[in-house]
Amino acid sequence: MLNPIHVSKGWVLLLSLWAISASAELRIEIRQGVEKAIPVAIVPFGWEGTGAAPFDIAEVVAADLARSGRYAPLPRADMVARPTEGRQVDFGDWRLLGTDIVVVGRLIPEAGDAFMIQFQVFDVLRGEQLLGYRQPARASSLRGAAHRVADLIYEELTGIRGIFGTRIAYITVTGPPEKRQHQLIVADADGANARVLVSSLAPLMSPAWSPDGRKLAYVSFEGNQSAVYIQTLRSGARERVSDRPGVNGAPAWSPDGRKLALTLSKGSPNLDIYTLNIKDQVLTRLTRRASIDTEAAWSRDGRDIYFTSDRGGAPQVYRVAAAGGAEPERVTFEGRYNARPRPSPAGEQLAIVHNDRGNYRIAAVDLDRRGTLMVLTSGELDESPSFAPNGETVMYATRQRGRGILATVSADGRIRNEIAALEGDIREPAWGPFRAN
Amino acid sequence: MNPVRFSFLVLLAMVLMACSGQEGTSQGDGAPDEYSAGADGAGSGGSGDDSLGAGSRFGGDDDMGGEAQMFGPDAPVENRVVYFAYDQSEVSEQYRELLSRHGAYLADNPDVRVRLEGHADEQGSREYNIGLGERRAQAVRQYLLLQGVGATQLTTVSYGEERPGVLGSDDEAWALNRRVELVYSR
Repeated sequence: MLNPIHVSKGWVLLLSLWAISASAELRIEIRQGVEKAIPVAIVPFGWEGTGAAPFDIAEVVAADLARSGRYAPLPRADMVARPTEGRQVDFGDWRLLGTDIVVVGRLIPEAGDAFMIQFQVFDVLRGEQLLGYRQPARASSLRGAAHRVADLIYEELTGIRGIFGTRIAYITVTGPPEKRQHQLIVADADGANARVLVSSLAPLMSPAWSPDGRKLAYVSFEGNQSAVYIQTLRSGARERVSDRPGVNGAPAWSPDGRKLALTLSKGSPNLDIYTLNIKDQVLTRLTRRASIDTEAAWSRDGRDIYFTSDRGGAPQVYRVAAAGGAEPERVTFEGRYNARPRPSPAGEQLAIVHNDRGNYRIAAVDLDRRGTLMVLTSGELDESPSFAPNGETVMYATRQRGRGILATVSADGRIRNEIAALEGDIREPAWGPFRAN
Repeated sequence: MNPVRFSFLVLLAMVLMACSGQEGTSQGDGAPDEYSAGADGAGSGGSGDDSLGAGSRFGGDDDMGGEAQMFGPDAPVENRVVYFAYDQSEVSEQYRELLSRHGAYLADNPDVRVRLEGHADEQGSREYNIGLGERRAQAVRQYLLLQGVGATQLTTVSYGEERPGVLGSDDEAWALNRRVELVYSR
């Protein structure tokens, strides 16, 4: 579990977005799914202990699958039967309801605060079991275990690893202009379990996950100066890794977790890309032009770094060898503003910020086909794209009625969700890596 | 007290020190004014000469203090902001006299320091906008150095689009947010 730093209770009203509570901090709305979402029934799980069930596993699983846009969970009120194990399932009933997939399960108390979640996934049309699984859990990790159940179901049905158990980091800004509170927050991918990691009156920017998901690098302006910090989630301990004169920004971890790519100005008017070996603090300079070179992102093999540069007059995406010593080559050609590249997990695409006829939107650039560009979003000031670790979805920041909110769009542009905070602005999402099981 | 709680208190203390400790007596026209700068300076967005004409507001001051009050640490906020065109970092003609007067004051008072805070509008990506803000702050720095200001008197910081002077998503708001603010400390 993440060990949060609680600042003041007033700011930390960060609850489940699916909870009924009116004080829920985040809210996800499914705006647009695939045309034919597959009907599924996630039957409420049986509880084998005494008293009320400690957690509604099926509710979280159904919400996860709905959010993927690929599945349409059957409302509970429409369920004619509530089986909790396979031999109670009458496929005829579910066929009549038009349900393709049925998930049944039980929550079983074990010694101490331990639980076992036992569940089965059935193909209704064929009348056969697709998956049977026993997932252990603790009282404190039932929500996480429910996301794991959803991930297992999703992978069984699609062949694609699920991202319901992953986490996101983002920045929130609240309060009046003269006293704006900036917070760096880590939450589950559905917005639940939000924890404040850093709270500051000075701006916070550019959160970046370490590849092992244990640390975040970010930029803070405390003391009226930019500096890059690395903070360990579990302990809250943090280390200032760059506070050179001028700009210290845009941290990005190398895939092996040993280096950070950084943007430094070192007191000059020009921003350049460097890599910093975290252990021995050795800096390697990768760019040397009198231009703004920033927003580095590593290729998945760690050999190249993509970045934004206005060396050609307007911002475009370039690529340079991470080892240094090479001349950057231009990657984007379509349009007059392409910035902030983020490679897809498979490495075949870049998500970027693209100026589309005056509007800033998220686009996907196909690296295999010489920069073919597809606009994915329809906002006016969309920014900060971040790929889910399975590559299916891009999270980004957008505006809704003047407020900053987060949104997700599938990499093919078809499925969209929105995530808003109840007050203030929410921005700069960074999708964390898969969690070790 | 558990260790996490403690480390947070240390962190909080650091932040508070950082926010309040450095500026000495000039903090009063530091951080709080940053936010109102754009709004107060709204009229000067397109006409630097008008803002220079505001001298009568301090009328009756003695001749020694006049320049300091208008272009030194006590300068009104509209005299401490320089605005820029879209995607530009060149100090335009209309702000050169204002900056020259700050330069003269700083050259005469080598113990006085100024932080040049560069800003950008909200369009485009955030870290790129940090670059635009830094360029603007550095342009003002170069101009002041040419007026005889010592390099050690000047520091720069770019807040990009993170500290807008005015809220809003239209051309007017964006014009007021593309700026450099001069923040004095003693």
